[in-house]
Amino acid sequence: MTLLDHLPVLVVLLPLFAAPLCVLIDRARPAWLLSLIASLLSLAAAITLLMQVSSSGAIRYQLGGWAAPWGIEYRIDLLGAYVLLIVSAIAPLVMVFALRSVEKEIPRQRIARFYAAMLLVFAGLAGITVTGDAFNLFVFLEISSLASYAVISMGSDRRALNAAFQYLVMGTIGATFILIGIGFLYMMTGTLNMIDLAERLPAVSETRTVRAGFAFLTVGIGLKLALFPLHLWLPNAYAYAPSAVTAFLAATATKVAVYALLRFLLEIFGVQFSLQAMPLDLILMVLGLAGIVSASLVAVFQQNVKRMLAYSSVAQIGYMMLGIGLASTTGVTAAILHVFNHALMKGALFLALGAVAYRIGSVTLRDFAGLGRRMPWTMAAIVIGGLSLIGVPPTVGFVSKWYLVLGTLEQGLWPVALLILLGSLLALIYVWRLVEAAYFGQPPSDAATLQEAPLSMLIPVWILVGANIYFGVYTEVSVGVASRAAIQLMGIEG
Amino acid sequence: MSGAQLLACILAVPMLGAIGVALTRHRPNLREGVSIAAGIVLFLLVATLAATISWDAAPTLVLAEPVQGLALALTPEPLGMLFALVASFLWPITTLYALGYMRAHHEQNQTRFYVAFAVSIGAAMGIALAGNMLTLFVFYEILSVATYPLVTHAGTDKARRAGRLYLGLLMGTSIGFLLLAMVWTWQLTGTLDFTPGGVFGDKVGSGMLSVLLVLYVFGTGKAAIMPFHRWLPAAMVAPTPVSALLHAVAVVKAGVFTILKVAVYIFGIDTIAGLAAADWLLALAGFTILMASIIALRKDNLKARLAYSTISQLSYIVLGAMLGVVAGAVGGGLHIAMHAFGKITLFFCAGAIMVTAHKTRVSQLNGIGRRMPWTMGAFAVGAVSMIGAPPAAGFISKWYLVLGSLDAQQLFAVAVIVISTVLNAAYFMPIIYAAFFKPEDPAQDQDAHGGGHADHGEAPWPILLALVTTALFAVLLFFFPGAPLALVQRMVAL
Repeated sequence: MTLLDHLPVLVVLLPLFAAPLCVLIDRARPAWLLSLIASLLSLAAAITLLMQVSSSGAIRYQLGGWAAPWGIEYRIDLLGAYVLLIVSAIAPLVMVFALRSVEKEIPRQRIARFYAAMLLVFAGLAGITVTGDAFNLFVFLEISSLASYAVISMGSDRRALNAAFQYLVMGTIGATFILIGIGFLYMMTGTLNMIDLAERLPAVSETRTVRAGFAFLTVGIGLKLALFPLHLWLPNAYAYAPSAVTAFLAATATKVAVYALLRFLLEIFGVQFSLQAMPLDLILMVLGLAGIVSASLVAVFQQNVKRMLAYSSVAQIGYMMLGIGLASTTGVTAAILHVFNHALMKGALFLALGAVAYRIGSVTLRDFAGLGRRMPWTMAAIVIGGLSLIGVPPTVGFVSKWYLVLGTLEQGLWPVALLILLGSLLALIYVWRLVEAAYFGQPPSDAATLQEAPLSMLIPVWILVGANIYFGVYTEVSVGVASRAAIQLMGIEG
Repeated sequence: MSGAQLLACILAVPMLGAIGVALTRHRPNLREGVSIAAGIVLFLLVATLAATISWDAAPTLVLAEPVQGLALALTPEPLGMLFALVASFLWPITTLYALGYMRAHHEQNQTRFYVAFAVSIGAAMGIALAGNMLTLFVFYEILSVATYPLVTHAGTDKARRAGRLYLGLLMGTSIGFLLLAMVWTWQLTGTLDFTPGGVFGDKVGSGMLSVLLVLYVFGTGKAAIMPFHRWLPAAMVAPTPVSALLHAVAVVKAGVFTILKVAVYIFGIDTIAGLAAADWLLALAGFTILMASIIALRKDNLKARLAYSTISQLSYIVLGAMLGVVAGAVGGGLHIAMHAFGKITLFFCAGAIMVTAHKTRVSQLNGIGRRMPWTMGAFAVGAVSMIGAPPAAGFISKWYLVLGSLDAQQLFAVAVIVISTVLNAAYFMPIIYAAFFKPEDPAQDQDAHGGGHADHGEAPWPILLALVTTALFAVLLFFFPGAPLALVQRMVAL
């Protein structure tokens, strides 16, 4: 076997082994360099994997050479490779950004451990996307969650501790539910391998145990992905975490949870069972819509901009849930596509906010007064990211909206389409509050010394902003892979 | 150059112009020179395209394909060609005017102004030459965003509120209604190409078509049809060149152009004739024409009066489109060009009066014709064109609109046009009379600066040159309406 054959496991092992090394080095700059290299190598591996999967179908990898169902199998299909690419593309960008940002927000002696924890989050998230084993997925979910509690608590605001604890409680409940659900499935089928599960479940799907397992899994993953009304941990966690952490988690963590939901619902339980036998399609659609409208409304009234965007994230997850709830190929395509597109917008926005926080120290709406002049590049990035959030062409947000509205109209659900567009208009309102503050507000008198953010921050921000526009116009990759993945998912049992 | 290359250049020149303006920001003369040069080159390119194009094999430029099967593409057709000709011809003239105006008025941030101006014109070119509804929509939104900094140029609270109304109404209607209508059309027919005779065929019921037509018309907020017209008077807070070119020509014409295109190429004239919604929209357009004229009659602020006059004139075009007969569409198409020359002249004059005499209200204009004979002479020509009397361009299009109304046996429409002609005369004629025949009123000669400007003469020469040129064309088009008429008739003959 050559190195290429081991890529599925390397993509996880690289950050996983780099993490303890960071602790051993225990010096800020070298730890940062190591994290950056590890995440860049993972990115290279992820790109190679996506190309392989795209041309020659799903890759199966036996861990330690033990064949499934005894050993743990890694299995990367199009959907997995796609989400893996998102995670590992965001990671190096955030690492580059983190260099200056973290030095300002975290005490020097903790920085190396911070990078170690970040790498663990990354390794966990990457692991979820490559594994073909249900229990292994749970393990990776816990690795990433535990590490993310740690990095959130490192926020410079003391309330970060409280937010991390809140997240820990909710996250642990979610993890426990997932574990119980997986346990039930194991009890009924005797296997943890996803493909075996998918084969054996239909025979026992009428039992109460499987249905209970289904419910536990759905609620558990729902907690992890901040499905309305299980989202209460998210706004605080995002608002008080260090800037780089917020950007990374917002762009990847909830996305990977959406991936897990798709994997369990559509592949393991199957479309027939999840969305037709069980009334989950309706539940997801209603909760998705409630999330879109209520979280957007709440976002309109936030004074802390990070918190505002956090609520916006809850709303955006509503769009993804709505897409899955439509239970059609177009709907699922829209959901998967929005996973990709939302990662780009929120990544860009939260990184830009991080740049503002770096210069000003806090990100309330009042701090933005007059920033349009003082930090023109950062603010321009926020404006474009905001337009993408609203769904203005030619940005990625528009493409997402297009497929989502198309999916609803295909089924004649035009009131739902109207609500989606209402969500866009609410986004217009909360984004524009920010724009008006930045371009029309009177800067405070001490703002004369304020400079534009350093290049090491602006470059990752603008790479993401560029991606927002590029993938809004050239959609061969983003839409192409999403629709093929959706067809695979819907085709398995559909 | 081949047709596709010409199209690429037409899109690229305004953008290059914007970059050039930004690069030469420290040398105002060079900066304005770049603007004017870009404008002249653009017009020559558009004129070359118009002269060499063969309508049976129109060139197509595909930019990208963001949705499978639906490209961002430019394909000229006769009506768009006319719009592009008018907008690109008036751009260098307006730049010349702006050169005089912005300096005489000591405006700040002139570089931002010229950059946003160039981008707006580029977006207008995209709208004019769009080959399908998606492309049109993309450039439509770019135009909304690019004109926002122009509307809020002053940076005052009033400008901020105006900007809110501007973007809220334009983007709200386009995302809420136009996008929905567009996705719906795509879902029903699988095409958004502008097709002579329409795309719906017999597949779609007339009830559904009525709903779609209403969505399209209300979705096009730029057409300023009531009740979505408030943004236009609000936008008058912008510097006068913006009001002149964008809010008398490019932006508002983009709106009615969209409606006309949808009527002719998405629905088809014959289909419109059979729709109940067309009758309601006709009535609404008629109501807008009369109501806006009555409001204009009561406005003392000159620019506000002109803005309401624009709202009223725009609805002529909507009315023409909704008649469902060939002559109506011809009249509407012609009015896009004919109204442009008259209205831009009027705005140029209003701005000339403002910078020279520092007067903004109609009641201050007694006797001003003797000090500014050229300006007020041009104003008179513009006013005659608005009223639709010979020998001015407005007469030609009004002729066709009346012809169309008679064709469609819509006596209501005929009555609206006649009454509105009387109203137009009622709010323009007193201005001309007062300017030339009433004695100057020294008490009125106090202005916002607190001092009198009693000894002023004519406006600076760039302003005069611009407004005399446009007035001249408003007359010439009466005697030689051949080129626009041929284009518009070509549109309905396709």
